[in-house]
Order: sequence, then C-alpha cells, then structure tokens
Amino acid sequence: MRKLTTALLTTALLIAGCGNDTGETPETLRLVAHDSFADAVTDETFRAFTEETGIEVEVLAAGDAGSMVTQAVLTAGNPTADVMFGVDDTFLSRALDGDIFTEHTSALIDTVPDSLKLGPENLVTPIDFGDVCLNYDKEWFASTQIHVPTKLDDLRSDVYAGALVVEHPATSSPGLAFMLATIDEFGEDGWLDFWEDLRDKGVEVVPDWTTAYYEDFTRYGGDRSMVVSYASSPPAEVIFAEEPLDAAPTGVIEAGCYRQVEFAGVLDGTEYPEAAGDLIDFMLSVPFQETIPINWFVFPANSEAELPQEFVEHTVIPDDPTQLDPQYIADNRETWIQQWADLMEG
Amino acid sequence: MPTRRIRWGWVAVAALPALFLTYFFAYPLGRILSLGLSEMSIGSTGLQSRLVSVGWFTLWQATLSTVLTFIFAAPMTWAVGRYEFRGRKLAMALVTVPFVLPTVVVGTAFVALGWRESIGAILAAHVFFNVAVVVRTVGSQWRRLDPDLLNAAATLGASPLEVMRRVTLPLLRPSLAAAASIVFLFTFTSFGVILILGGFTFATLEVEIYRQAIVLFDLPLAAALAVIQLVGVSLALYLYSRYQERHSASWELASEDAVPRPAGRARIGVYGSIIGTLAVLAIPLAVLLTRSLGSFDDLFAADLIVGSPVEAIRNSLLTAVAATAIALVIGIMAATFVSHRSGTLSRWFDTTLMLPLGTSAVAIGLGFIVALDWPVDLRASLALVPIAHALVAIPFVVRIVLPTMRSIDPDLRHAAATLGAKPISVWRRVDLPLVSRAALVAAGFSVVISLGEFGATTFVARPNTATIPTLIFRLLSRPGPASFGTAMALSIVLAALTAAVILWVDRFRVGDIGSF
Repeated sequence: MRKLTTALLTTALLIAGCGNDTGETPETLRLVAHDSFADAVTDETFRAFTEETGIEVEVLAAGDAGSMVTQAVLTAGNPTADVMFGVDDTFLSRALDGDIFTEHTSALIDTVPDSLKLGPENLVTPIDFGDVCLNYDKEWFASTQIHVPTKLDDLRSDVYAGALVVEHPATSSPGLAFMLATIDEFGEDGWLDFWEDLRDKGVEVVPDWTTAYYEDFTRYGGDRSMVVSYASSPPAEVIFAEEPLDAAPTGVIEAGCYRQVEFAGVLDGTEYPEAAGDLIDFMLSVPFQETIPINWFVFPANSEAELPQEFVEHTVIPDDPTQLDPQYIADNRETWIQQWADLMEG
Repeated sequence: MPTRRIRWGWVAVAALPALFLTYFFAYPLGRILSLGLSEMSIGSTGLQSRLVSVGWFTLWQATLSTVLTFIFAAPMTWAVGRYEFRGRKLAMALVTVPFVLPTVVVGTAFVALGWRESIGAILAAHVFFNVAVVVRTVGSQWRRLDPDLLNAAATLGASPLEVMRRVTLPLLRPSLAAAASIVFLFTFTSFGVILILGGFTFATLEVEIYRQAIVLFDLPLAAALAVIQLVGVSLALYLYSRYQERHSASWELASEDAVPRPAGRARIGVYGSIIGTLAVLAIPLAVLLTRSLGSFDDLFAADLIVGSPVEAIRNSLLTAVAATAIALVIGIMAATFVSHRSGTLSRWFDTTLMLPLGTSAVAIGLGFIVALDWPVDLRASLALVPIAHALVAIPFVVRIVLPTMRSIDPDLRHAAATLGAKPISVWRRVDLPLVSRAALVAAGFSVVISLGEFGATTFVARPNTATIPTLIFRLLSRPGPASFGTAMALSIVLAALTAAVILWVDRFRVGDIGSF
C-alpha cells in the first residue's frame, strides 16, 4: 500500500511539474470556472478550440463564484490558471479591486450589446447573461382563474397571499438577484416596505433554489404557484420533460427580472497571455456561444448567436431587466442582506 | 546499542505523518491565517456580540448533537457489538449509507418530510449523518472484549445492568471517547447541514467563516474566527487525549469468533434494535427512492446527463482508493508512534492528528491556494483531492486504530522481542494482525469520506473530473422533472455503492487473531 501511495504521489508531482516549459504556444491552457460551469464541461466543449490551435483546455472547478474570486484575489499575480470564467456582476468589483486580470480586449467585443459591458472592456469580456425572473405555474393560474401578476407591486395584493416562494439572498444567487431587483424597482426607501408586505402576505423563504423549485413550487407538488427562478427555466422544463411537451408548463413574469452577466478575463501572471486571450475570443465566437443555452441555461452575450428552438419557443428575454452597478452592489450588499434578514426573520 | 537503534526507528515512524501534516495542514493553515490576521487592524470588527452568539450556538448544538447521536445509536451498537447474527454485516453496511449522502440531497428529503429551518431539523440531520460513526467505531471494539470477563462478572452475581456499567462501558471507554470526539468535531464544524436546514438564523463558526471569507471577503475577521475555532478545538482535544491516555487499559483482545449468537429475549432485542434503527434511517432514503422511480432508465441515457455516470463512479472510486491508501499509511504510522510513546510530545502529536477534522475547511482550502505552490505547484493538481480527503480520514484511522493498539499487551511485544524479533517484525507479527480489524473499519470510513467528498475540496480549484456528487449537484441545479428524478436515482446509486464498498471491506480479515 505504501508503494501505491508513493507511486500516486510521485505521479502527481510529475504531472504538477510538467507544463511549465516556456514558449509561445502552450500544450495546455487552464481555465478556472465556478462549479456549475465546470460540471457541464465535456470532451466536446473545447474540441473546436483544440483542433484549431493544438492547445488542450483543462478546466478547473473552483467552488461557487465567490469562492473562485476569493481564490484568485489571494493568488493575484501567481494564478492557478490562465483564464477565469464566471465572475458575475455581484463579484466583479472584488475581482477588479484585486487586480487579478491582465489586459485583453476581445476581437469580437463589438458583437456584445453595451448593456452587458458592466466592467472595463480591456479587462473583462462578457460571455453570457441570465435573467432571474419569477416563474409561475400555468396550470395553477388557469385552474384558479387568477391573473398572472404583471408588475412586482401586484404581489402586495391579497390575491397572491401565500403564493410566492423566494430564496434567501445570503445563501442563494437567484435570491440575491431578486432582492436586488426589488431594490431597483422600489428604491432604497421603499424596498423594505415591499418586503414587509410580502412577509405579511406569507411569502415563503428557503435557503436554496433546489428547495424552492422542487419542494415548494406547485409544479412539483408544493403549495407555491410562483417561484424565483430563471427565464431559462420554462425551456428547461420542456427539454428535461419525462414525456414530450408542446408547451412549457411554466411561464416567466417579465416584470422584476434581474440580469446576471458572467465575464471572462485573462489572469495576470499567466505565461501565455496571447493564447489565453484566444481562448476568451473562442468563447465569445458564434459556434461556442450557440452551445451556451443548452449546456448552462443562460444566454449568449454575442448578439449574432442564434438561440436553440426550445428557447425561442418557450421563453422570453425581458426587454428591460434590472441591472445595478457592480460597485454599488459591492458597497451595499451586506447592509441590504442584513436589513432584509432582520425584517424577514425578526 | 539496541535502545539507540529503536529511537531512530521511532523518528522514522513519526517523520512521514509529521511531514505530511506539516506540509498539507499546518503550513497552509499558518499561511492563510497569518495573511488574514496581518491585515487586521485592532478594533476594526464590531461583531463581538455576533461572535459570542455564534460561538455559543456552535458549542451547544455540537454537544447536543453528539449526545443525541449516542442515544439513537445505542441499541444498534449493542446489538452489533454484543452478538453475531445473520445479516449483521449487511446492517453495518446499511447504517453507513447516510454518512455519505450529499447534504443537499438529504436536505431535500428532510424538507419533503416537513423538517425545515429549525434547530430540530439540524439536530435530526446531525444524528442521521453520524450514527454510523458510533455504531461502527464502538461496535467493532465491543466485539473484541473477552466474553469470559463479562460472563465472570455475571457469574459473580452482577446484574446485566451492572455488568454493562462496571465492566463493559469502562472497557469500551476508548472507543466511546473516540466516537464522541469525531461526532463532536464533525458537528462543531458543520456547514452544509446548517446552511440548508438552518437558513440564516443559525450559524456555526464554520458558516460564519465562509460568510466572512467568501461572501464578504473580510479575511481578517474570517481568520480571527478560524483561530478561535482552532483554539477551542485544540483545547477540547488536548483534554480528551489526556483523558484517553489515563483511562486506556490493556486487556486481552478476544477473537471475534467468540461473539455469541443471541437467543431468546436477546434475539428479539437484537433484531428489534437493528430493524428499528435502520427503519428510522430509511425514512429520508425512502423519500429519495420514491422520487427516483422511473428515472433509473434515464440515468444511463446520454442525452440527459452530460458526462457519463459510469465514468463518474469510476472517478469517485479511484479517488477513494488513493485517499484511503494515504490515510491508512499515514494514520497507522502515526498511531503506532502515539501508542508506543507516552509523554507530552506524543500527546501533542495525538492532538495535532485530530485537528484537521476540527479546522475550518474554508481556511484549509484557501490555505492550499496560497501555500502549495512550492516546491512544486500543487495548487490545482489532481493529487490534492485525495490528499484533502485523506486529511479528514486520518483522524478516523488514528482514533479507530489507537484504542486497539493501546490495548495490546506490552508483554506480547516483549516476548517477541526477547525471542529475537526486530522491532519492525514485532510490529508486523504482533501489532499489525491485531489492529487489522480496526484498520479495516477505518478504511471503510476513509472510502466513504472520499466518496462523499468531505473536507476542503469545495474551496480549492481542482481539475474538473466528474464524480457522483458533482453529477448530482449538476442535475439538482437545473429545472425539469427528469433532472430531479435522475439526481435522486444517482443518490440511490451512491447509497448502494457505499453499502457495497463497506460490505466488501468488511469481508477482509488480515491475519488470524484467534491464535493469541
């Protein structure tokens, strides 16, 4: 057994020792990403890039987005990877303050709508966006003949008492996004009043999306007909249905959506800044962008990419979603979460 | 000079575990904590009241969880420790299943049962996850008690209760203390259970460290909390190791062949305990099973899962084998050193060995990231995953093996040495066969710890290899009935795999102890 361990350790050390040969073109580039991106990466994901450049892409999973950015800030200048993907608008300012990126302006940056460019173009490149939106159970609303709300303010009505489940903003990324949407909608003076009304109307708060969606949502046998989820959830319902469906069983409420944007950047200290930049450009190119919806259930940042049929048919991309300035979020997030928690749990 | 030679031998035995723990635990932890604390300005944190309440909650919930786990585990521990019966090994394997299930999966099952966001749900989950620690650790030692000793006491007129109180429990004290310390440390550093079943209302030190370090990026405060956690754990462990050293006694290890079969009322008691315990543990599993029905076909359909379950199972098993190998080698060497040497050095060594289990996984993970780029850059290496798992498994190996090692009669070793055996062959001929049973119990835990991906791996960048838990997380994070069902089905596969691995490990018998 000691032999086995020694062998394993030696192999590991050898593997770790390789890949340090300098030169213009590396054999392998390392891409660090959050778990939910990394978990869906397969041999196919970067095959086209490898065929084109001869460079293999090794994906590192780094926990959630916050964990990934924290690790990167701690190793600024001496990164564990060459490229980072998946820093979102809520963690962007921490990443920028930590000086973790080196300059790279994507050759394809003009294909990205200005509304997604929340950070400096020469440091971070938008790759995708996803809208956190209220989803509703079509069957429940049809059978009760209650109207689907059209704006957040409608939720104050008695009609929707006990109909909504949300995730806690401290433990859930969609939960945080929805809270930010209410701050944008009602302003810093009014948002807590709105939540107080929701509380009095019996809104259910759960720690994570899985619990909200699969335990509380009426679609899965719960007693809440509206849930904080994503604009991409209805097409996912169709794609991952047990029996083929003609129409999505759930719908998106366009009001009160919050747009999360995910960025990629070349990590400062990489030995291969050029190849790293090429990888980012590849991720923004149309062929890769068109694989994004079906694999990660978010939308391509490149406006020239076309959506898969299921997404065209079963979802809406809200015209005017909420977006807040990353610095503004960073400065206030903790206060807001604390105020929210004090109100909802006090 | 024979004494001199033996001393050098001890240095060698202690060196590998010491180096391993220094490089993979103390050094990374020291780096991250000093980094965090160096940025701290005195008085910058106005969170003292929160700290007190978090610290207090962490302590009492861990204590209560440990007590409740022991109460719930007692009947089954008695049954498997005292008797040999048909289905015992299967029962031992089944009771281990909860230990490995991903927290998020158990969380959904608990929520489905109506247990949500309450202290009751947290305690119930802690009991659910940790029953196996008590049953396996204590049960395996119980089986090695000399039945003649118990019979003698009974013959002398002691009632069964008195035999239990005055003979059995004192003899079991080392393993009781071992199990208690492991369950306590596990629940003291509880993270996932608290997040999922505790909401925002309840926070352990570990949850607060995560929140400060990862969500708020207040490293100084996170580091300060980690230090407080570390000091508390060290203190508890030091007291524990003094206690254990003082109270361990040498006794004749009996062959397991001497364990009797239950008869009459005992038979009813045994089967009642087993069935009752397993039935309660099965409730959340039954929820998973009913929800996974119809999804087992989907499990191997390529269009539903990106990344094949077969590959994930293979990856999980390979990592588990590597982690177990590391944990056994390091753990057994360390236990050998601790059991043969007494005094302050050995006691501190013993305490240090347990620390990884009571240290913030966030701190260790971030420590890896800042420290392990020298002499070779191990930070994103595949080797770091089994090493991180082994760090959690080593305390199990030490705690489970040590009581048996301590109970080996020194006369046996002396006899062997007198007959001309070198220290290494004394160890191989005397110690190893005697501890092999305990080592296997420990190996079972190591495998399960790795399958369940315990420890710091969540907080370090690691090569993206699909494992069973990562596939489950991926499925659980996207909408659609098929996704959910398949995640539940995969959880059942993980449960079945765990049971199978434990059954397989339990079959081994190294050496024959019957001849002593």
